[in-house]
Amino acid sequence: MAQKYRLPDGGRVNREQPLRFTFDGKTYEGFEGDTLASALIANGVRLVGRSFKYHRPRGIITSGVDEPNALVDLYSGTSKHEADARTTMVELVDGMDAKSINNYPSLSFDVGAVNSIFSKFFVSGFYYKTFMWPTAAWLKVYEPFIRKAAGLGHAPTVPDTDHYEKHYGYCDVLIIGAGPAGLAAARVAARSKARVWLVDDQSEFGGHLLTRGQTIDGMDSDAWIVQVRAELEAAPNVTIKTRAQAISYFDMNYVAIWEKVTNHMANPPASMPRERLYRIRAGQVIIATGSHERPLVFADNDRPGAMLAGAAETYIKRYGVKPGKRAVAMVNNDYAYGSILALLDAGVEVPLVCDLREEPDGALTQAVKDRGVPIKAGHAVVGVKGAKGVNGVKIAKLSEDGKSMAAGEKPIHQACDLLVHSAGWTPAVHAHCMARGKLTWSQDMSCFLPSEGSDANPNASAGNCAGQMDLAAALQGGHAAALQVLDALGMPAEGAPAASKAESDAPSSSRILWIVPGEKELGYGSAKHFIDFQNDSTAFDLKLAVREGMHSIEHVKRYTTTGMATDQGKLANLNAIGIVSEALGVEPQKVGTTTYRLPYTPTTFGVIAGRDIDDLLDPARQTAMHPWHVDNGAVFEDVGQWKRPWYFPKKGESMHKAVLRESAALREHVGILDASTLGKIVVKGPDAGAFLDLVYTNKFSSLKPGKCRYGLMLNEDGMILDDGVTSRISEDEFYMTTTTGNAAPVLDHLEEYLQTEWPHMQVYLTSVTEQWATATIAGPKARDLLTELCPDVDLSAEAFGFMEWREGTVADCPARIFRISFTGDVSFEINVPSDYGLHLWTTLMQVGRKYSITPYGTETMHVLRAEKGFIIVGQETDGSVMPFDLDMNWIVSKKKGDFIGRRSLYRADMSKPDRKQLVGIKTVDPSVVLEEGAQLVRDLKDKPPMDMVGHVTSSYESPACGRSIALGLVKGGLAAVGETLFSPQADGTVIELQTCSPVFFDPEGTRQNG
Amino acid sequence: MLLIECPHCGPRNESEFHYGDQAHIARPEHNEGMSDQEWAEYVYLRENPKGLFRERWCHTAGCGRWFNAVRDTVSSRIMATYKTGEEAPIGADQEGGQL
Repeated sequence: MAQKYRLPDGGRVNREQPLRFTFDGKTYEGFEGDTLASALIANGVRLVGRSFKYHRPRGIITSGVDEPNALVDLYSGTSKHEADARTTMVELVDGMDAKSINNYPSLSFDVGAVNSIFSKFFVSGFYYKTFMWPTAAWLKVYEPFIRKAAGLGHAPTVPDTDHYEKHYGYCDVLIIGAGPAGLAAARVAARSKARVWLVDDQSEFGGHLLTRGQTIDGMDSDAWIVQVRAELEAAPNVTIKTRAQAISYFDMNYVAIWEKVTNHMANPPASMPRERLYRIRAGQVIIATGSHERPLVFADNDRPGAMLAGAAETYIKRYGVKPGKRAVAMVNNDYAYGSILALLDAGVEVPLVCDLREEPDGALTQAVKDRGVPIKAGHAVVGVKGAKGVNGVKIAKLSEDGKSMAAGEKPIHQACDLLVHSAGWTPAVHAHCMARGKLTWSQDMSCFLPSEGSDANPNASAGNCAGQMDLAAALQGGHAAALQVLDALGMPAEGAPAASKAESDAPSSSRILWIVPGEKELGYGSAKHFIDFQNDSTAFDLKLAVREGMHSIEHVKRYTTTGMATDQGKLANLNAIGIVSEALGVEPQKVGTTTYRLPYTPTTFGVIAGRDIDDLLDPARQTAMHPWHVDNGAVFEDVGQWKRPWYFPKKGESMHKAVLRESAALREHVGILDASTLGKIVVKGPDAGAFLDLVYTNKFSSLKPGKCRYGLMLNEDGMILDDGVTSRISEDEFYMTTTTGNAAPVLDHLEEYLQTEWPHMQVYLTSVTEQWATATIAGPKARDLLTELCPDVDLSAEAFGFMEWREGTVADCPARIFRISFTGDVSFEINVPSDYGLHLWTTLMQVGRKYSITPYGTETMHVLRAEKGFIIVGQETDGSVMPFDLDMNWIVSKKKGDFIGRRSLYRADMSKPDRKQLVGIKTVDPSVVLEEGAQLVRDLKDKPPMDMVGHVTSSYESPACGRSIALGLVKGGLAAVGETLFSPQADGTVIELQTCSPVFFDPEGTRQNG
Repeated sequence: MLLIECPHCGPRNESEFHYGDQAHIARPEHNEGMSDQEWAEYVYLRENPKGLFRERWCHTAGCGRWFNAVRDTVSSRIMATYKTGEEAPIGADQEGGQL
């Protein structure tokens, strides 16, 4: 249980509060304030995972969001499970249960490590080269094998019990990052009238100051942070968020921020969300996202115990743990010597430092030298000993050009358990680039720096991410950025404090070697120079990719998978660009970068979904009669957002049986359908009739009040958009119905033309779908039933004809009754204000009992309308069907003039004889029901391919016809009605059929007109 | 997520709007005399310039009104919005040009 590697004092952890956790089943102890990574280090756990491809043992490399190796599956409680959690970003919680990934059967003995032996075959492009053929083997052999062998953590198997929130926010200045630059900027912005947000992904403010404290304004930086934070908390215009990562930057300064609200609590209050997603629209953004330390690329640089120098310093200073007992360092810059000093202060033995520079200079270098540590100039670590953890390194002097060991050099061995390294720091330009900013290569600093921004995203970068690498420059940069954005906003800071001051670093040199040579030439021997640790791509892979012709960095990326892991190349990419530029012999500026994609760091699905889950994912629309349907056992069908009764099964009845019963009852007695979901639009105004003439293919201005007419609506391309019955209420008012799913699109379509093409027309459109409830009663007894409930309308066939409507009273409710029919039987569509819908329905059911009234659903409705050959838009049509294809020339007015889609109907293509046209279909064997969507052929062959001439659009068993019926679209079908076609089946059998008129039942219409 | 200034409601998120492609294309009134080619150009063909573009938007989840915008297709910055029937305040003479 002892934390062997915990320093006796120091760090920002709370030693009064020990926390217990398990890793791979073993129990350990850490302190409040630890990350999972620092707690593992405190307990001497170095091997934390296996790599993706070679299953190489891996340890913790970094201390932050850039960590590629130390990912775990996190479990806490019974159902919580977070896959691939980054231990360096996970705050330790009491009871936390973590499991390593990418290993089988266990972390220290891994079968997949055999891949490592065959690594010569796993070079870049390996997937493309090896698994190309045979094609069939891909699905059955290769993919399952690769998926099992690779694949990071485990996906959760149970629903997430936590809840997540989303929040919209607005501010004038959003500051991303609360390191020295961000704090300096916030301090100024707080003095203005601007609404300011300051967000940082860590649990406390300070950024790199938490690792390397320095003197600011004459005080200790810890004190400075406290002072600035107090200023910000006192300012009413400033909102501050910790544990909040800006993950995505969208156009016009719309930034997504992922806040971990309760992840760090062992027993969070149930009322609080686990995580929250802020979507902030900011007037100006100050990007102060800092930088990431770059690893050196040397032989076997992935061994557990090889760690970034700055990360080692962070573990010592911030968490009070030491990542090793004896450390060798390999660096190329002066700043890293600060980390070596931290090691020395923590009592870590440092036998020697390899400095790639021939003449190491700089104040920190000198300080280390003064502590008596030998600095071996121009030397490098050329090999690492110890597979599951560093136990020694090989050191050699390099040649002058740094491409190999010096001639005749024999590496010497140095025992150690820690190898810290640093190639300098790379500005985190992700946010700048997501905001469409451009980059320029700095030869002096060997990194890309933000240059031109986009005028769609007003922002300013400050601090390390802008190349202001020392503390003095970062403080000054943050201050200046704030003044700049406030000026742009016209919101000056009043009494802004002077810029905070710190001592500037003295200039010192650096030496860039993109690849630190090993004992053997790259690609020879077993040592590997890793670039992307998580995806196991190496320097050799990159060079091979270039040799094989990948000259664009985007191609190199995809061929080698460099930068495509979950850390998105935060460690890898700049090294990769350097190596590729060297291989191509061009400047890195020419090579460029790959696209900085959002999100900045892997984000939980939970926070992206927020509350838009389960019932809240999409609204469910219910009719006024819905409670009755539920009480009476309806099975529902989703039609758009509507819940419609599909059928009403009796106890134990199948859908098939229910539909036969419902349709027979309607043809014999009376059926009742909830038709409330039909779209209803009031078209009102002096020009309403003229407007309808322009949007329907047939004429409506001539329709008399009290009459109804079926209409077909086209898009401008001549294809059918929708159909429905429109009735004239009065001289200047029409009542339009649309198909259920098309109500909103049709209203949009009408509005678009009204507003943009014919704004002079005096017409108003109002959606009244929700205002009216509709019960349709149909069948021979429909009139008798309605007569009992409607005292004030003469319902006789003579007085109230087909395709007419009347205003009256039904079941004591004000009602509009429409005599229209979608079933082919006498039918009344009774519309009442929605609040009366349930009353109307239950009254009809009660009074209708003596007429054997039977509720029917959409399935029966479909069968009945198919018997009559009535089309359903979206079933018989698919956006490529025009009226003539449906033999509906009768509805296309030749005389009335222009209407939407008219000109398109007379394009040459529309009169081709081989267009797909609507026909009825009868199978030769009347008991066979075709599959909807089945393909039809004219010339049957023994086996495919055969010319397909059409397909089945609707197919049912028809009770009224006593046989199967179908509708279909067939090339040239109208001219060849009665022809024999075939439907070849997947099992090799063939269904023979004949085409016919699409009207199967009561072709004269005596029933509906009666 | 663009921020679009609806001329009737003010600035709103892009998710409230519906895109309507190129603006200022009147539907040909006397289209009977048009050739298939001319008609097809009206129905199907639209400009796709790099630079300023006058385009239509509808504030679907707000006032429901159509209006026009001048947008720089390079940066996606919306330079101006204006009501249907009005002249473009900028960019009408430099459509497809750079700022």
